[in-house]
Amino acid sequence: MSTAEHHIKLPEGSIEKTTTTLNLGPTHPATHGVFQNILELDGERIVSAEQTVGYIHRAFEKIAERRPLYQITPLTDRLNYCSSPINNMGWHLTCEKLLGVKTPKRVDYLRIIIMELARVADHLICNSIMGVDSGAYTGFLYVMQYRELIYEIWEEVCGSRLTTNIGRIGGFERNFTNTAFTKLEKFLKEYPGVLREFNKLFVRNRIFMDRNIGVGPISAERALNYGFTGPNLRAAGVDYDVRVHTPYSSYEDFEFVVPVGTTGDCYDRFLVRDQEMWQSISLIEQAYRKVQEFKGAEAEVFHADVPEYYLPPKEDVYTKMEALIWHFKIIMGEIDMPVGELYNSVEGANGELGFYLVSDGGRTPYRLHFRRPCFVYYQAYEELTKGSMLSDAIMVMSSLNLIAGEMDA
Amino acid sequence: MRPVRFNIHPIQADLKNSIQMADMPEGHQGEGFFSTTLNGVVGLARKNSIWPLPFATSCCGIEFMATMGSHYDLARFGSERVGFSPRQCDLLMVMGTIAKKMGPVVRQVYLQMAEPRWVMAVGACACSGGIFDTYSVLQGIDQVVPVDVYVPGCPPRPEAIIDGILKMQDLIGKESLRRRNSDQYKALLASYGIQ
Amino acid sequence: MPLTNDIIQQKLVEKFGEMVMNFTEPFGMLTFEAPKDFNLKVMQFLFDDPQLRFQFLTDLQAVHYPDQKGREIAVVYHLHNLVDNVRIRFKVFTDINQPQVFTASKLFSSANWMERETYDFFGVIFVGHPNLKRILNVDEMDYFPLRKEYPLEDQSRVDKDDEMFGRGGSV
Repeated sequence: MSTAEHHIKLPEGSIEKTTTTLNLGPTHPATHGVFQNILELDGERIVSAEQTVGYIHRAFEKIAERRPLYQITPLTDRLNYCSSPINNMGWHLTCEKLLGVKTPKRVDYLRIIIMELARVADHLICNSIMGVDSGAYTGFLYVMQYRELIYEIWEEVCGSRLTTNIGRIGGFERNFTNTAFTKLEKFLKEYPGVLREFNKLFVRNRIFMDRNIGVGPISAERALNYGFTGPNLRAAGVDYDVRVHTPYSSYEDFEFVVPVGTTGDCYDRFLVRDQEMWQSISLIEQAYRKVQEFKGAEAEVFHADVPEYYLPPKEDVYTKMEALIWHFKIIMGEIDMPVGELYNSVEGANGELGFYLVSDGGRTPYRLHFRRPCFVYYQAYEELTKGSMLSDAIMVMSSLNLIAGEMDA
Repeated sequence: MRPVRFNIHPIQADLKNSIQMADMPEGHQGEGFFSTTLNGVVGLARKNSIWPLPFATSCCGIEFMATMGSHYDLARFGSERVGFSPRQCDLLMVMGTIAKKMGPVVRQVYLQMAEPRWVMAVGACACSGGIFDTYSVLQGIDQVVPVDVYVPGCPPRPEAIIDGILKMQDLIGKESLRRRNSDQYKALLASYGIQ
Repeated sequence: MPLTNDIIQQKLVEKFGEMVMNFTEPFGMLTFEAPKDFNLKVMQFLFDDPQLRFQFLTDLQAVHYPDQKGREIAVVYHLHNLVDNVRIRFKVFTDINQPQVFTASKLFSSANWMERETYDFFGVIFVGHPNLKRILNVDEMDYFPLRKEYPLEDQSRVDKDDEMFGRGGSV
């Protein structure tokens, strides 16, 4: 049993104490990902909660010091793996800022389509798992079908379903095929009806409302002090969205609303995510229409001109000297980066995903740090659940949308 | 431009000729009786009702959620009930990266399972550490528990996970009833430090 | 009038004089440095000043420069003024043999875990932190892995075939 004591720390004076220690351990159906909560319960009220993370620490930041820029993209996939395209695009935007590359509009609009699909995928998981945690399994199964359609769209663009490694520094690896656009149209036609049914199932559901209203509230000042960003902060009443504050990838050309809640409890978080899904659908429709307006040669543009980081087309590699040299240098990893230090952030599904990149001119970053939203706001869990009941602890955990891969990196 | 294929115009399923029955084990049958080895019958029962414990740590866990969903239904292979308590499950599916901090936890969950128990390592990280050759990642769960089936991929497609379950079913169907008491098995567990 | 980097720099120099130095603007983000004893004073000033209002701590991390003797570890704070939408970066250098830095967790609750992570990776000791222990690595680890002198891979592996990894080797 020595391994058990290793990971369950009983506090001082545990024989005389009057509270129960409950270990919501790293393996638990309600924790979507591996993190541990040691709760002190007085009957069913939570007196204190201590969190342990790091059960899936994969040392991304140390690995990134050994990889050239384009090989770090698969690492960023595995941060928030429910919406990996957003992480990929965020990283590409950071590299483009470092290199001073400006992407053409069509690339920006295509990127917005992919990122908003990822946001829908992530919020779908979060909201349907909130349903599962309060006992309603059907919603989850029903919307997973539409996540499969999103996966098919990504597969059509980049070849992979979940950890997409989508796009390259400067754009995409190939133009979107007609199949991708057809699948996108099917999604845009069928998904709003599904989301409306999902809303009918949960939003005014008496049981769901009772489980979630008033559970785990946080005020805007405390949320800001804890470093909350994303839907959790917007549920508390602060309308901070990186897409609006520092628009990237041509978000300024689009019209969308940033939903904001009032009390910051679980119900508000659910509703904010739900409304964000509707806004994402509207953004995807606008972006799709704008992409269709490009005609002729412009419609074939799918990447910017970045010879150092973007593989040249194979015909050029076999016929032109410069293309051959670039191909060789990129594959062998012999491209030097400009010197600089840079912080860039994007609006991930959970909040502000930031990349702090320090480069000393070598082939790999000198230091790369990911500012991970889940890591920052999980600290507030104790304040959110103090005084509430055990079942509320589960709902708070699932409404915060904690993804362990992002928390530990 | 490629013609549009895949899911846009789904093919109507041909139900009449595509229902597959579970194969009978070999044996003698006559009017009102069927005799076979106990091994065969027990294997048949066990393999078609595996109750998995999804030990989902990271990205492969999301692919498992997709496998359990209605598109790539895992329940039709008998795994309708996924349990999260090791005392009630047969198959420990370890999906995702196992860090060194998590190793003792995997081992403890394995110890709590009752015989007969099987382990499936899903994903490159569980099989061998995957792309994370670092100081903090366990390079494969076979460093701490004995593994029966490895499913490679990063993440493996749901079809690959189902293929792993089918291989598992083959293993379970052919397993001898005396295996868990044999010297070889005991030596295997001893090499992992498990009594 | 909009808050520009010049106004921020001017106010800081007014208040702290010689103590804030090395003002640069890589990619438009004002970056400056202060001695490590002044980190809380500077952040408190940036927090309280009615025009500056840097009340959001975006990120707290460290970078290890093994070649700058006496100033090896840089603790980097990224602060954000949400109202005027301005970001700044504030660095504090510390010697690797005396890595004590005052904790920011009383001012910003988000600094709590970020400082634990910095301690875990670099060994920076935050004076006054309520619970400074390792957060992401195993508790028994006795070295600080993200320092440059330590390797990425686990050195105690015996099963790696060096030939397969292109390293020659004799296995």
